[in-house]
Amino acid sequence: MSDIIFKLTGGVHPPQNKHQSTQRPIAAAGIPNTLVIPMSQHLGPPSKPIVAVGDRVLKGQCIGATDTLKSAFVHASTSGTVVAIEERPHNHASGLPALSVVIESDGRDEWQLMPAIKDWHLADRDTLLQRIHEAGVIGMGGAGFPAASKLSTDKNIHTLVMNGAECEPYITADQMLMTERAEEIILSCELLMHLLGAEKTLFGIEDNKPEAIAAVNAALIERGNDNIKVIVVPTVYPSGGSKQLIQILTGKEVPSPGHSSDLGIIMQNVATAVAAYRAIALGEASISRITTLSGDAIGEPQNIEVLIGTPLSQLLEQCQWQPARADRIVIGGPMMGYTITDTSLPVIKTTNCLLVPTREELPPPPPAQACIRCGLCAEACPVSLLPQQLYWFSRAGEHDKLQDHNLFDCIECGACSYSCPSNIPLVQYYRASKAEIRQAQADTEKAEHAKQRFEARQARLQRLEEEKVAQRAARAAAAKKRAEEAATASAKKDEVDPIQAAIERAKSKRAGGNTAATNESVNQVTKLEKRLTAAKIKLASAETVDSDKVPVLQEAVDKLTQQLAEAKANPVTTSHDAAVDPVQAAIERAKAKRAGNAAPASPADEIAKLEKRLASAIQKRDMARDSMPDKLEAFESAVATLEEKLAAAKAKAGE
Amino acid sequence: MIEFITANPLLAALFALVGLSLIFGAVLGFASERFKTEGDPITDQICDLLPQTQCGQCGYPGCRPYAEAIAEGERINRCPPGGEATIQALANLLDTEVLPLDEDVGEEKPKSVAVIREDECIGCTKCIQACPVDAILGSAKHMHTVIASECTGCDLCVEPCPVDCIDMVEIPVTLKNWHWQNPAKANDIIATDGGQA
Repeated sequence: MSDIIFKLTGGVHPPQNKHQSTQRPIAAAGIPNTLVIPMSQHLGPPSKPIVAVGDRVLKGQCIGATDTLKSAFVHASTSGTVVAIEERPHNHASGLPALSVVIESDGRDEWQLMPAIKDWHLADRDTLLQRIHEAGVIGMGGAGFPAASKLSTDKNIHTLVMNGAECEPYITADQMLMTERAEEIILSCELLMHLLGAEKTLFGIEDNKPEAIAAVNAALIERGNDNIKVIVVPTVYPSGGSKQLIQILTGKEVPSPGHSSDLGIIMQNVATAVAAYRAIALGEASISRITTLSGDAIGEPQNIEVLIGTPLSQLLEQCQWQPARADRIVIGGPMMGYTITDTSLPVIKTTNCLLVPTREELPPPPPAQACIRCGLCAEACPVSLLPQQLYWFSRAGEHDKLQDHNLFDCIECGACSYSCPSNIPLVQYYRASKAEIRQAQADTEKAEHAKQRFEARQARLQRLEEEKVAQRAARAAAAKKRAEEAATASAKKDEVDPIQAAIERAKSKRAGGNTAATNESVNQVTKLEKRLTAAKIKLASAETVDSDKVPVLQEAVDKLTQQLAEAKANPVTTSHDAAVDPVQAAIERAKAKRAGNAAPASPADEIAKLEKRLASAIQKRDMARDSMPDKLEAFESAVATLEEKLAAAKAKAGE
Repeated sequence: MIEFITANPLLAALFALVGLSLIFGAVLGFASERFKTEGDPITDQICDLLPQTQCGQCGYPGCRPYAEAIAEGERINRCPPGGEATIQALANLLDTEVLPLDEDVGEEKPKSVAVIREDECIGCTKCIQACPVDAILGSAKHMHTVIASECTGCDLCVEPCPVDCIDMVEIPVTLKNWHWQNPAKANDIIATDGGQA
């Protein structure tokens, strides 16, 4: 056995007050008539009820489910009937209500066990984790962190630390568990080591629990497992904090920010380990826990194994409490617990102690005085913070400086408040400041989100406006184009009737009469004369330079001379023929033209053309359906018109 | 080189200074182009401190315009949704005096979200157009509803509603958002004066 232990920085030594509740063995609480089982007993999102009012449920049957490892399943603690699913006062520091399933017990306490995994040392990790998750096992030491989530780390774990320190005054639930059920705890150590693949277990127990140490050691010797080492640690508050116990047992400090798994270490509270073991080896869901009842106003202080959902009043009565002497009811210990007033609240998985002190025993704190900067808090702080600096920053609302001074490493153990000679409720300031900082961060995130949405909206509105302008411009351009097209179309229309046009032209020509013909022949003569002159010049230059082209050019000159002579002799030959009856000729020409045009515009071609137009119209309409739904109607009517035309053309062709 | 310097110390000094000024001028000129800041950085910093409700209670059409105005010298106490915390943060940033919230622009209210009484909604879309962060869902002649997680509680949808069916509902305290409060103000007096001062 290794007995090397390391010293915890800081810490305080409040009166232990553990002897009162360890005089009696663990008692059973019995089955209450009505159980109120809240859906949010753990850290993380609440579970969702999966039963309905009127359903009969069995002990261990799942009544609240979740789909994430960050939350935990909730089970019925005894058999009975669901009588309500509603918001009920919750066992929580806030005193706010929580959604709860209310079960009226039938007194039969009928189990519905999950199949036991007897050969768990052969089972694979996922099966075991799934079972721990489904059994609703959460940290029973007080934090309520879902065990499956903690155990499902992907880091390489070499050491399991069992937390049996239980440093807070008055609380003896873990101590009694270790004393009475040591064999089960050793088995649960083996199970968790198997699950994590850890090589060894360091089992830390404070030296104020000699019976527990003896019982665990005896069970260990009987079991004969060398990989589990019980390490007795000196009693100091808060040695039971996870980071503190790791520091005491291994000398290593958990990095900030970080988790113990970064060091290859996972810590579990003994009660949590036992709950996990029972879930796997026996198939029992986490439906009960051991709770300490202590304080001077409790007649028979003791530990009680109680079903989750049992009203506190039943426990108090079972332990003969004296309401007249009770000053207040504290859930948890005197250092970290919270006060409640309503005794009808249910016991939940994290309720490790019910402390009912008298006024003399735990007097209410005197009014806070001014900080005298004595520094006792800094000496007491187990995480080496500067509590008085944090106090000033907290009062001044200086969030940046609080974070610079590592406020979020504060474990809220209350050692500073305990040691403060001015009775300043330091931890309360830190808790409030932590919440304020988280709130401020959430607000900043929300503001950033709102800003993005606002900017996105502005961008969208601007884009729409631009699109509108562009559309307007496009429409105007389209209208203009249409107008132009209409104009050219009407111009073409005139040409469509070539006969008429030709008649007009011919008429005007005829009106011009022979003058035009004479002019024409004169023009022709001039032209020919010009060409002749040019040809002659070319011939002359060719003769001087290159004799090859001379015959060709000579021929051309001769031809032109001849033509010129002809033109001079018969000035109106060509035009005279046309002038004989230009109207008639034009009519003839036009008729020929129309015949030529009409031939290709046969019905078949017409249909093809229409089909083409229809296809493009349909395509346009489809595009419009996506991009401009408001114009869809217009496109659809265009398609309809074309279809009509096409049908008409087909009918015509059929004729 | 050395000869020239010894022979003409005045000229040499002149050349050296001119040379240096040219080199540094070039470096500075390059840097001013290369490391140019787009926009006004102080405006961005101010804008980041504002709550981005875009409510316009400050008299400017949104948080950024108000941030620009503050950068130009507008008072920092015109943001009711941000309240004292925002004024404090702005005063810290700008190193100015903390002013109490301007009463003309409104008062700091607890955080709330808009809720549409859906039975009464006539589907006019007026609130949708008013919402600066698109947190209202619905279409013409259909019931509208507020996406609570997106709502900044800016109030802007309440006014346009013709049937007055939008309520601003304070965000209730639940187990999810509950947190510890600061202890009641300490007396900060010595024990012998307890409760006398």
